[in-house]
Amino acid sequence: MEFAFTEEHLMIRDSAERFLGQASDSHAVRAAMNRPDGHDPEVWRQIGQQLYWPALMVPERFGGMGLGFVELAILLEQSGRFLLGSPLFATSCLATPALLLGHNVTAQEHWLGAIAAGETRATLAFASVAGLEACSVQTVAEPHHGGWTLDGQYAQVIDGASADLLIVAARAPGTEGEQGISLFALPGDTPGVIRTPLATLDQTRRLARIELHKVQVSEAQLLCGPALGWTVLRDTLQIAAIGLAAEQTGGAQQALDLTLAYIAERRQFKRTIASFQAIKHRCADMMLQVECARSAAYYAACVAQERLDPAGDAAVIEELELAAATAKIHASEAFFHCAGESIQLHGGVGFTWEYDPHLYFKRARAGEHLLGSPALHRERLAAYLLGEQA
Amino acid sequence: MKIGFSRADEAFRKEVAHWMAEHLGGEFAPLRFRGGPGDEHSFPEERKAWERELAAGAWIGVGWAREHGGRGLSISQQVIFHEEYARAGGPGRMGHIGEGLVGPTLAAFGTPAQQQRLLPGILDGSQFWCQGYSEPGAGSDLANVQTRAKLDATGEHWLISGQKVWTSLAHEADWCFVLARTEPGSQGHHGLSFLLVPMAQDTIRVQPIQQLTGTSEFNEVFFDQAGTHADNLIGQPGDGWKIAMALLGFERGVSTLGQQMQFHNELDEIIRIARANGAARDPLLRQRIAQAWAGLKVLRYNSLRMLSGPQDGNLGREAMIYKLAWSTWHSDLGKLAMDVLGDAAEILDAAPYQLSRLQSLFLFTRSDTIYGGSNEIQRNVIAERALGMPREPRFSN
Repeated sequence: MEFAFTEEHLMIRDSAERFLGQASDSHAVRAAMNRPDGHDPEVWRQIGQQLYWPALMVPERFGGMGLGFVELAILLEQSGRFLLGSPLFATSCLATPALLLGHNVTAQEHWLGAIAAGETRATLAFASVAGLEACSVQTVAEPHHGGWTLDGQYAQVIDGASADLLIVAARAPGTEGEQGISLFALPGDTPGVIRTPLATLDQTRRLARIELHKVQVSEAQLLCGPALGWTVLRDTLQIAAIGLAAEQTGGAQQALDLTLAYIAERRQFKRTIASFQAIKHRCADMMLQVECARSAAYYAACVAQERLDPAGDAAVIEELELAAATAKIHASEAFFHCAGESIQLHGGVGFTWEYDPHLYFKRARAGEHLLGSPALHRERLAAYLLGEQA
Repeated sequence: MKIGFSRADEAFRKEVAHWMAEHLGGEFAPLRFRGGPGDEHSFPEERKAWERELAAGAWIGVGWAREHGGRGLSISQQVIFHEEYARAGGPGRMGHIGEGLVGPTLAAFGTPAQQQRLLPGILDGSQFWCQGYSEPGAGSDLANVQTRAKLDATGEHWLISGQKVWTSLAHEADWCFVLARTEPGSQGHHGLSFLLVPMAQDTIRVQPIQQLTGTSEFNEVFFDQAGTHADNLIGQPGDGWKIAMALLGFERGVSTLGQQMQFHNELDEIIRIARANGAARDPLLRQRIAQAWAGLKVLRYNSLRMLSGPQDGNLGREAMIYKLAWSTWHSDLGKLAMDVLGDAAEILDAAPYQLSRLQSLFLFTRSDTIYGGSNEIQRNVIAERALGMPREPRFSN
């Protein structure tokens, strides 16, 4: 048990901070918001091919760096802090865990290698209707000539329009609930895949609707059959929620830091407004929430790390659902609270398009719902605590 | 950064659980789950005997350095000790002020002679301590301490006069650490000293305060030329403020884990009731129960962060938020307990005013956000020391 950052962790954090401080400053964020894919391809090239962030968590035997989810969480905290528009989250928090947990070595070699090389943007599509439960998987995989035909649609897929690789969940005809779910690897340009970008309230993260019309997939594209399909999908979504919590922690921290910088300069009544106790106490409450979110996110990142490690600690892995819920609840609420306070404490300029608080506020709103709202995660905890879980 | 416990740790867990099962029975059985905050007035003599039982098992000072007579256990094993202690229903510790506050303070600021004289009485469960900080005019403004101490003509004894207040366990303690003004005419945090004062003298009078719970854990303590030997000054005259603040830093050490396990027992009781009385079907109460559980986990993670950082009495960011975090969480829990109980929340265990455990929890948590630095003071500390915001203006009269 050692719940502290190492020297190496601090180096990763500092180098990410230096890079993103320039590559994702306010000007760059706004430029990325106006691009069709929501990210600057040159920045993504640097991230993938010079900084090797997508390679971080990929095992060395697949061409990656073989580091853990804690190191990734450190990067995510910084990318959230700087509102980085990037395929990093979907690639590293959704697709990479699904590939790692999915057991198809051939697919792992191919796709994890391509991700580690910084050449492939990937994502995960699973829900036909809103929700995180197994019943939201409604796309059908009909067996066909030793492969499958996929038919259905996915409502809101992160970076769904731009991803080079789609990991998709589909179920065997006539199955329901947790039964019959398989995961497939599908190149984004596969015939029959129709992708429609959605205009979103938060312009720093892209969503798309994806339709599959009689899409043919082969045995080689099967990552995970029905025996483990739901388990892999469920755990992937929990790991992604933990990654999102790390991102949200960074966003909450920056909403606080932007506010502190502004109120230290802004003068009214012949004094800085930071000197008013009414303001100091609100900032103290923001910091309280940020630090609680940070503790929860990194604890959960440690749990995710064990889950992704084939030799992980079984006692720790058992905590995955509860740790993910705890992290997602605290980070979501901390970020939304801090972003809202940031607008309020900036006063009038906080309501302008020119100042940044609204960007954090909108990202906080979107992230709160993404991968399970706090209310949904609390209900999961309640079912567990009150002894109602199957 | 690595969570989880090694095989050696798990073996240690079994050892603690086994010891607790063997020893927390018989004459000590009535103490199970008793004596925590809000219940500290219960079973004082039995709990003192329990401290000696713990000492015989070498379970006091498990985190202290070996050179000071402790066991020097790793953080993991300290975590395990506190978890298993609470799981078994280990009673609220009478010795926690000595073990958690005085010991680390003596280790940091005491002379070797003071350490050798005073630490063994803490470790063997024979000497109990109380804290003499607050005064009627020095609450949130602690530096406004007016209790005076001066050396007598021989220069061998300090004589202390003044009044302390909100002193828990004063009537059970052998010693009090007193923050007193030793430089006449000094103001604020200058001119204060940190003195250890034996309680058994007729120049010290302890007056219980009846709280809104109807019970009395807190006291007023009156010093009227009470004496203590010059050897009982910690540090130098004038070092009092520095030492007093460092001591509060130790308050955010491993003892927080024991406190959290107490909270865990309280939450478990609320959950049991919710399942039995149907409150578990109320969607809003379900949300609040889950929030309480998740919030308690986060308190634990915050503690693990504090404990994995440097243990030098300096407060990191996560330590500065700690008091505000737990006190707010705990008072929310008190209200949740009442809402889960429903109608039953209103009915006492017995007349005239015997509270159930959860009623006591509900009422007592109203003190959590006040004592040891009110939430408002905590927010000032966070804003000024962690966030670097402008300090509150200081007015001199």
